[in-house]
Amino acid sequence: MNEAQAQAGSDYGSQFRGQVSNETLITVKGLKMHFPITEGVLVPRKVADVKAVDGVDFFIRKGETLGLVGESGCGKTTTGRCILRLEDPTAGEILYDGKDICQLNNKELIDVRKKIQVIFQDPYSSLNPRMKIGDIIGEPLKVHGIIPDEAKRRERIGYLLGRCGLHPDFADRYPHEMSGGQRQRVGIARALAMEPEFIICDEAVSALDVSIQAQVINLLEELRDEFKLTYLFISHDLSVVRHICHRVAVMYLGHMVELADCDELFDHPMHPYSQALLNAVPIPDPDLEKTRAHTIIKGEIPSPINPPPGCVFHPRCPLAVDSCKKNIPDFREVRPGHWVACTEV
Amino acid sequence: MVTVSEVQTEAQFEEVAPKKPWTQIAVDLSRKQPLGVFGLAIVVAMIIAAALADVVAPYNPLQEHFDSMLSGPSEDYLLGTDEFGRDILSRLIYGSRTALLVGFVCAIVGSTAGLVLGVASAYFGGLFDLMLQRILDVFMAFPLIILALAVVATLGPGIENVMIAIILPFIPQCARVVRSNALAIREIPYVDAARALGFSDARIILRHMVPNVMAPYLIMLTTFLGQAILLEASLSFLGLGVQDPIPAWGLMLTNASEFFEGAPWVAIYPGVAISLSVFGFNLFGDSVRDVLDPKLRSR
Repeated sequence: MNEAQAQAGSDYGSQFRGQVSNETLITVKGLKMHFPITEGVLVPRKVADVKAVDGVDFFIRKGETLGLVGESGCGKTTTGRCILRLEDPTAGEILYDGKDICQLNNKELIDVRKKIQVIFQDPYSSLNPRMKIGDIIGEPLKVHGIIPDEAKRRERIGYLLGRCGLHPDFADRYPHEMSGGQRQRVGIARALAMEPEFIICDEAVSALDVSIQAQVINLLEELRDEFKLTYLFISHDLSVVRHICHRVAVMYLGHMVELADCDELFDHPMHPYSQALLNAVPIPDPDLEKTRAHTIIKGEIPSPINPPPGCVFHPRCPLAVDSCKKNIPDFREVRPGHWVACTEV
Repeated sequence: MVTVSEVQTEAQFEEVAPKKPWTQIAVDLSRKQPLGVFGLAIVVAMIIAAALADVVAPYNPLQEHFDSMLSGPSEDYLLGTDEFGRDILSRLIYGSRTALLVGFVCAIVGSTAGLVLGVASAYFGGLFDLMLQRILDVFMAFPLIILALAVVATLGPGIENVMIAIILPFIPQCARVVRSNALAIREIPYVDAARALGFSDARIILRHMVPNVMAPYLIMLTTFLGQAILLEASLSFLGLGVQDPIPAWGLMLTNASEFFEGAPWVAIYPGVAISLSVFGFNLFGDSVRDVLDPKLRSR
């Protein structure tokens, strides 16, 4: 895209966040995911749409970690599910290595699925309770014929478990015999089993307590460097995002409102929603917390069934002018690598 | 900001917890579910009687003793004889083979077919789900015995047709219950994880969803066991099931209806056998439900 941004990214990255290449791995263009609301028992007819994701554009470079933040229900997870093809997007393109994932048939999809994996939020429901840990991790290796030999597969499972900080003996245990942090490590090991290039971390550490969170984040960072992974890191925990991500995108009501380098976004948020979101992060010092000025945005998040016309944020926006009610703002590059969907900044 | 750098990166290898031995589980179970264990005892007794009928039964169930027709319980004939002088005890013991065969085959086939249909219906959703559910609605609109009667009337009597007649109404019942459970499981992330790993639909249904709807499936299965035995007896009683001279409890009741005023034993003992076996299966089924239903488990 532009060199200054890539330069900034790699400078910082070489120190803390691994190598980011200039090559784009995945490009999302105009992604829309509308869930129809139907009525009628025998002949269902559509009465409305839930516009969970309504026109999202971004790209991720190889080796990069893109943070996706926003409040509950803004479409972060749905975006991730579309990339995984767990949902069929209503419109838009998802280009992975130049191929549009949305157009692939089931056979072609399997090849892409080997490269794109997911780590889920809830470690309690993301593992099949009736399968042993070894089977959970080994199943894809067996089904896709990656390691058909039983003994070699066990060895590989043991290695993956060990790499994720678990004893290889856990292969013979069931998920209910493990703690949340251990289960999340199994989830990570399963995602790694097929040697993917790209992992979507869907709130991967939100369900864990803080000390375990830190361990899992460190593990994710190590794995990123070791296996040259690219992450889409979906989270609502801004401190975690700031720690792990190269760039951060902010979503609001199915739209992307801002996208910039991590430090740029946290230090100079431009969109009024991003500003309010960052401002809502508490300072872990009661004295400082008391004295600082809060900017609280008014009102509630509107319904995605009937979003406001024009800029979706205008009913709650402190900067809103008349034109915001009519015109949908372009997602424009205000500074190099800093994209904002607002006409007033 | 999380102070990650201060935390140890490599988690300590944690100790693996020891497993509970299965004998301990069995003892706990009989203490918690005494009625269920009683039910299980009846079921096991029936299975033993059926398996060892040749050894246990005092007479050949088809052998007619014309010198002692309709004789009451005695030392020779513990539960008396019927109108052809056939030993009732022997006929009951051999009849348990018919009852168990019909019971198990119908319950297993019916609930398994319902299991696969129900899970597939929930997994695929959309039009497939809609069509399948409406078809099952049609089957469920008939009362159980009427549907079974209609099938036997169409196909003719005989043990195979009786089993088909009993299986048919079982399928939609089980499919409906399993589907509602599978719908919930469909939304659990491990199913998404399986899809993201590129597994086939059949694998996801059979390996990831079916094992997790085992609780409602087993409950339906054990309920069907008793129901199937009762239905078989009813159909045989109506003359549409198993035909004479094969020993079957329902059939024994039919024949007894002419003679039971003078010889009550010909009606009482087959009736007790039917009641006791259905009772046993139901008690067993109830405690299976108690054990498997997580809402009732925390007692």
